[in-house]
Amino acid sequence: MKIEIRNGRLIDPKHGIDRTATLFVAAGKVAAIGEAPAGWNANRTIDAAGLVVGPGLIDLSARLREPGFEYKATLESEMEAAVAGGVTSLACPPDTDPPLDEPGLVEMLKHRARSLNKAHVYPVGALSMGLRGEALTEMGELAEAGCVAFSHADQPLADTQLLYRAMQYAATFGYRVWLRPQDAHIGKGGVAHDGEVATRLGLPAVPASAETIALATIIALARETGVRVHLCRLSTADGVAMMRAAKKDGLAVTCDVAAHHLHLCDVDIGWFNAQCHLVPPLRGTRDRAALCAGLADGTIDLVCSDHTPVDDDGKQVPFGESEPGATGLELLLPLTLKWAAGEKVALPAALARITAQPAAILGLDAGHLAVGQAADVCIFDPAAHWVVEPQALRSQGKNTPFLGLEVPGRVRYTLVSGQIVFEH
Amino acid sequence: MRNPQLNADGGLTHLLTLEGLPADVIRQILDTAIPFTSIAMRDVKKVPLLRGKAVFNLFFENSTRTRTTFEIAAKRLSADVINLNIGASSTSKGETLLDTVDNLVAMNADMFVVRHAQSGAPHLIAAHLNRTGRNHVHVVNAGDGRHAHPTQGLLDLFTIRHYKRDFRNLTVAIVGDVLHSRVARSLIHGLTTVGTPEVRAIGPQTLLPTALQALGVRVFNDMREGLKGCDVIVMLRLQSERMRGALLPSAGEFFKHYGLTPDKLAMAKPDAIVMHPGPMNRGVEIDSAVADGERSVILPQVTFGIAVRMAVLSIVAGN
Amino acid sequence: MTLPDAEQTLAALADRMRGAVAFDARFVGIYSGGAWVAERLAQMIPGEHPVGYIDVSFYRDDFHRKGLKPEVKRTELPFEVDGATIVLVDDVLYTGRSVRAAINELFDYGRPERIELAVLVDRGGRELPVEATYAGARLAVARELSVVLSRGADGRLLLSTEAVGAEQAAESPGA
Repeated sequence: MKIEIRNGRLIDPKHGIDRTATLFVAAGKVAAIGEAPAGWNANRTIDAAGLVVGPGLIDLSARLREPGFEYKATLESEMEAAVAGGVTSLACPPDTDPPLDEPGLVEMLKHRARSLNKAHVYPVGALSMGLRGEALTEMGELAEAGCVAFSHADQPLADTQLLYRAMQYAATFGYRVWLRPQDAHIGKGGVAHDGEVATRLGLPAVPASAETIALATIIALARETGVRVHLCRLSTADGVAMMRAAKKDGLAVTCDVAAHHLHLCDVDIGWFNAQCHLVPPLRGTRDRAALCAGLADGTIDLVCSDHTPVDDDGKQVPFGESEPGATGLELLLPLTLKWAAGEKVALPAALARITAQPAAILGLDAGHLAVGQAADVCIFDPAAHWVVEPQALRSQGKNTPFLGLEVPGRVRYTLVSGQIVFEH
Repeated sequence: MRNPQLNADGGLTHLLTLEGLPADVIRQILDTAIPFTSIAMRDVKKVPLLRGKAVFNLFFENSTRTRTTFEIAAKRLSADVINLNIGASSTSKGETLLDTVDNLVAMNADMFVVRHAQSGAPHLIAAHLNRTGRNHVHVVNAGDGRHAHPTQGLLDLFTIRHYKRDFRNLTVAIVGDVLHSRVARSLIHGLTTVGTPEVRAIGPQTLLPTALQALGVRVFNDMREGLKGCDVIVMLRLQSERMRGALLPSAGEFFKHYGLTPDKLAMAKPDAIVMHPGPMNRGVEIDSAVADGERSVILPQVTFGIAVRMAVLSIVAGN
Repeated sequence: MTLPDAEQTLAALADRMRGAVAFDARFVGIYSGGAWVAERLAQMIPGEHPVGYIDVSFYRDDFHRKGLKPEVKRTELPFEVDGATIVLVDDVLYTGRSVRAAINELFDYGRPERIELAVLVDRGGRELPVEATYAGARLAVARELSVVLSRGADGRLLLSTEAVGAEQAAESPGA
């Protein structure tokens, strides 16, 4: 199908493109930019005047809840949510039920996702069998089945010997290891940041040191093994400082932040609002400021949604019993735009953090719009504001701390491999 | 953020925590408790205020003491009292906390007295009732996790006011496991709200929450230093689990540093009073000589507790 | 409508009671106006008349509409109620509901032999079958007004009227 996207503000952060131009899509690929190819005859024309035309968003962490948690969400609903949010590629963590520790499960997931013809799904494999932290998984088999990296999701990895071996093994074959820095013991059972709010509300607390201790361990082991490690969901100011120092030292480490942590802090828990029960916990204002600045100066490489649909049964319970997590696929773009406005970051640089940068971490040739590239495109109105309401979300997860709030950035069209998979 | 405990006219409609309560609401509760202490001394200890009202004691955590005092208080107000001892296992049967509440409201509950192991459970219930338009049903927090025990805080304030008159001249010390104590948190909020100039917390670092200073509390690790010049000493109960959680090596070591003995008591003012929310662990946090001594007001605290709870139930039911 | 002078009305009430009340009648004043009147009567009427005070807040019939008032005073009856002759004293008798509440409360202290009612002013408008045994003055007062007794710094009593809100006039004011 030949699609002509006219007069939009074409932004391709990777190639430094930011100008009004028409994008020509044919046979699932970018056919031309600016001038129509010879003999062009569009089947469909999209008037993108006033809109931004950019690469489809790439979300490094979105829980699709299959297999195992279909009562919370299904692939169908969450893929709808993804493309409604302009996300054309996403990586899903291995903490499904059963965890993604066997090639068969990975293949099934990829197959299911492919048949839906929506966003591209890149499964992240489990680092240890069952995510139990005892034995390594067959990373070779899993990589062959399609795993782009290996992680331990949110499960504690107490055995530093195992962690060391896993990193050595991964380094041997060039596999990527994604780890969320959290000590297995300190702050165990904690549900909120160890600060004034947790003290006042009497909530079991997770000190910042739970993150920094684990970060120090991982950085030290990364230095020794030479593995490509990506740190997931930074939450502390001290953690950002450690990453800055490690990068300055020349270590090949990267990291990300979840979109929610750029905007919220522990005070937002208010009177025990379980929508603000997240992992890692929302920390103090100083931490939030450091995360925002870290993402702006490149210490933090990218933003992800950490999309986690949770049903009412998981949230309409006392805070300490509630399931952590927030829905996020449809908020990745708005929350990134909001962050950029606050930090005075230009739109192309902001978009880089949800397109080119995640692509680089995934090791994919994606997140950009060069001629010949698969046409994964997100067309959005940066000036349109909308109110976050359950009816406005396509995800089955309506659990968000932003309920009732107005956010900027409305996706109008999403294309995956040259097909329009979403229009609004 | 609107205070979920107050209605549109600023009247107390739920009692969830002392934090954020206006000082005059706290004073009204303390003042209203006074006539209720007289009622306790009559032959007929009942008044008809809550006649025909159904008060449900919703206890998800066992507590015979607190439940009994609430039951006595409600019955002395002529209310019908129904006790529900729902162990933590009830929710594992599939019925959520809010489902249980909805069912009981359908049975014409007028008030819930709630004790729960999770901080925030009473807030969740009150928010649910407010959101679903059931403004005539009230929630009184009988203790939630580590967060709050507002009626205990109020009866402690009542006791202090009874013996010491004016909060604005006092130095009050709270000793022991503040980290896990809802009693301590409520008392701290109560004391700072009514203008107590110096509130102290005394304990080892393992048992004091990180951000205590932010609540307006002066922290001491040395008990003798901390007791100097105190008018009121509140001893907290030390639970045996604390020894298993590597927070303390032993009860003996705790008693050595933080147990209230006559010689440590001598560091405080000569007319200082000694309080304890109960039940006491003699020889762990408090020496029997002090617990039974003339400065101890531990038994009067219990009597005042019924009057204070009668005041709370009456005020909340009338709004 | 002119209100009578409170001090003169008090004298008239004491006149009616002198010689009629029992020698050992106990005076129980309903806070706050009734309490002031009871104290004055005890000085003006010969005999042994210990004074008690009663706050009817816990016995009112309008609790569920109005809640508890901000200041509830302590009922103090420094004598035996069982077998006693009690004169309940109030400043203004209107609907009779306060008196009903006071009688119920007294019975929770014991069983009196007899209860009489002395009021400074009876303004009619009864909603319950209650009558004053002794009244200082009888008045007709419009529904929109409430009759209020106050006490000056010198102890002198003063009667005045206050406008009552329209909806309050339609409801029972509870006195």
